Amino acid sequence: MNKIVEKEYFSDKVIRLVVENPKIARSRKAGNFVILKIGEKGERFPLTIADADPVKGTITLVVQIVGVSSAKLAALEVGDSITDLVGPLGKPTDIELKGTILACGGGVGVAPLLPIVEAFKKAGNRVISVIAARSKDLILLEDQIRRWSDEVIVMTDDGSYGRQGLITAGMEEVIQREKIDECIVIGPAIMMKFAALTTKKYAIPTQASLNSIMVDGTGMCGACRVTVGGKTRFTCVDGPEFDAHEINFDEMLMRLGGYRSEEVVANNKYFQK
Amino acid sequence: MSLDPEYLKNERSQEWRAALRSKTKNKERTAIQRVHMPEQAPEIRVKYQDREVNLGITAEQAALEASRCMDCVTPTCIEGCPVSINIPKFIKLIENGDVLGAAATLKETNALPAVCGRVCPQEKQCESRCFYLEKMNLASVAIGHLERFAADFERESGIASIPKTAKPNGIKVATVGSGPAALSFAGDMVKNGYDVTVFEALHEIGGVLKYGIPEFRLPNAIVDFELDNLKKMGVKFETNFIVGRTASFDDLREEGYKGFFLGSGAGLPRFMDIPGENYNGILSSNEYLTRVNLMGANYETNDTPVIRGKRVAVIGGGNTAMDSVRTALRLGADRAMIIYRRSEAEMPARIEEVKHAKEEGVEFMNLCNPLEYFADEKGMVNRMRLNRMGLGEPDASGRRRPIPIDGSEFELDVDLVIVAVGVSPNPLVPSCLPDLKVSKWGTIVVDEDKMQSSIEEMFAGGDIVRGGATVILAMGDGRKAAENMHIYLQNKILNTTKIN
Repeated sequence: MNKIVEKEYFSDKVIRLVVENPKIARSRKAGNFVILKIGEKGERFPLTIADADPVKGTITLVVQIVGVSSAKLAALEVGDSITDLVGPLGKPTDIELKGTILACGGGVGVAPLLPIVEAFKKAGNRVISVIAARSKDLILLEDQIRRWSDEVIVMTDDGSYGRQGLITAGMEEVIQREKIDECIVIGPAIMMKFAALTTKKYAIPTQASLNSIMVDGTGMCGACRVTVGGKTRFTCVDGPEFDAHEINFDEMLMRLGGYRSEEVVANNKYFQK
Repeated sequence: MSLDPEYLKNERSQEWRAALRSKTKNKERTAIQRVHMPEQAPEIRVKYQDREVNLGITAEQAALEASRCMDCVTPTCIEGCPVSINIPKFIKLIENGDVLGAAATLKETNALPAVCGRVCPQEKQCESRCFYLEKMNLASVAIGHLERFAADFERESGIASIPKTAKPNGIKVATVGSGPAALSFAGDMVKNGYDVTVFEALHEIGGVLKYGIPEFRLPNAIVDFELDNLKKMGVKFETNFIVGRTASFDDLREEGYKGFFLGSGAGLPRFMDIPGENYNGILSSNEYLTRVNLMGANYETNDTPVIRGKRVAVIGGGNTAMDSVRTALRLGADRAMIIYRRSEAEMPARIEEVKHAKEEGVEFMNLCNPLEYFADEKGMVNRMRLNRMGLGEPDASGRRRPIPIDGSEFELDVDLVIVAVGVSPNPLVPSCLPDLKVSKWGTIVVDEDKMQSSIEEMFAGGDIVRGGATVILAMGDGRKAAENMHIYLQNKILNTTKIN
């Protein structure tokens, strides 16, 4: 169980893993996530499922090395197994025929965006995707996104690929040009905050998929709480997607730093080894 | 649930029991003082998260305490036990020197005796119904201490008895969750010959016994030993499996499961919804205790972080609040404070836990209620505002209602706040079952006599039904559900055979 059958480096910090888990491969829906734990003494952390193959019984995860646990996951090789893997968790994306969808992914956020783009396209929507990263080598899964999109706009901060500029510039361009029925954004919290502000100006219904700190992922701990429309919600059971115009992103950004000092100590210890 | 009076009578009239009764006069029995549980000294125990506070009584102490029990004709103590342990029998076996026999007696009706001997509120259950207390106004027999003694003795002896199980009947049943309710259900069903699988969402079996109760009250190794007993009886365990998500109930029905016990617990922590509550450093007791108890965040070797607060405020007055505040002390707090809106008399925590907390240096700020939290520029909590409370007339819970006192507001420096004001039922399972009847609080509605839900092959018990109770009440529910699911499934099979 949970054996890694494929491993691909998108960059030295971003890795794609295909993992055996027939049950999750069969039951997951676009938008779901899993909780992983590497080793007996590892911590539990969430990752959104990037793809699944119910026939082969595998799920695809994309991980960016940011700390000890992501580094431990990225260090696993083909043939190794993930100690604990549970899911699918979270509410799936609400997929239906809505018209034109603007799908926006920043950095590794493109990975969880992929199954949503695919599902919206299969439901008969026109899908325009805007994918963005700091530079060319950090643009992920472009071909796969293209496969399920009517149009793809690539944005890079440094202009090394696609167009130069932030994701919001690409979004504005599309919004100015045609009517968008719904927008979905996945990426770093700060990017989602500005993407949400952009669509709010045009009153386009927008969903953002959040990547909060979690322990159990089943509603038990409340570490993942987020304020949406003035009310405290749990990302794991009430989300991970929420109305982006109602999310308190500043609070969310603050909460992502809740264990920063502990993380710095742990990172120093782990990466010096 | 009660034991058959005939059975009890027969057991009591056995020769060895009669001989024991006549050996010592009741006057001599009642003259013996109740045993005192030896404890680790407070100044030592606050240094160790994983060392037990209660050390357990010796064999001599146990034999003497057991001889206090008068082996009553009508053992009311059993009525106080949610899992109907044959209390006089196990105590008399201890008095008679057959401690292993006593342990076997416990396991006839209790899947987790070493757990119950540690965490049951016996003072509110069996011991509250003891003849000594009810009729003589003397300290009750220390039934809980004796239970723990017998279970520990058996474990340490290395000769653990495995309760008898009926011939396997090949009928598959599943539990959703692996806490005390589900384990108790599993133990009884496997005894009845069923093919039982326990499904657990986390990576460890045990539910609240593992993630909630700290090791200084209940070591994980003790829980594992009792789980091992269930494994030996044939119960199967599957971790990392969320019934309704990883596989649907229909998938499991297709795999042949005929009955389900829903024991997924009260996993959703409540907050107070006051300003600043989402600042960093303010967490639920569930999160705090899970990080430490389940994830081992107190150990250097483990990856899960935990905030080691120096000025820690724990909001609430229940056992979970006591567990949290005492954990905070062990993790290096200079000030570990209980903030409770009523007075000590209304505190839901066990008296023993309050006593232990006080001995260890926990400050009790009773009749105080949090109003707002403040944080530094990074969003870490650093201060809280509270007000003082007075007590009014009794409310729905029968306890005097706390009323804010005007102009009593004050502030307190804190760097970690743990909110332990209760839990709500976990919505994960009910959300997968649209036909399942739930109350307005989200608890599963059951027929209280049978623990049967609105879906006939689904029974439920523990906190998912009660909202928030004790280990032993959950276990009682599990037993009751097992008894009635057994009847339900046997009738169903009988009817199917008739039709065919």
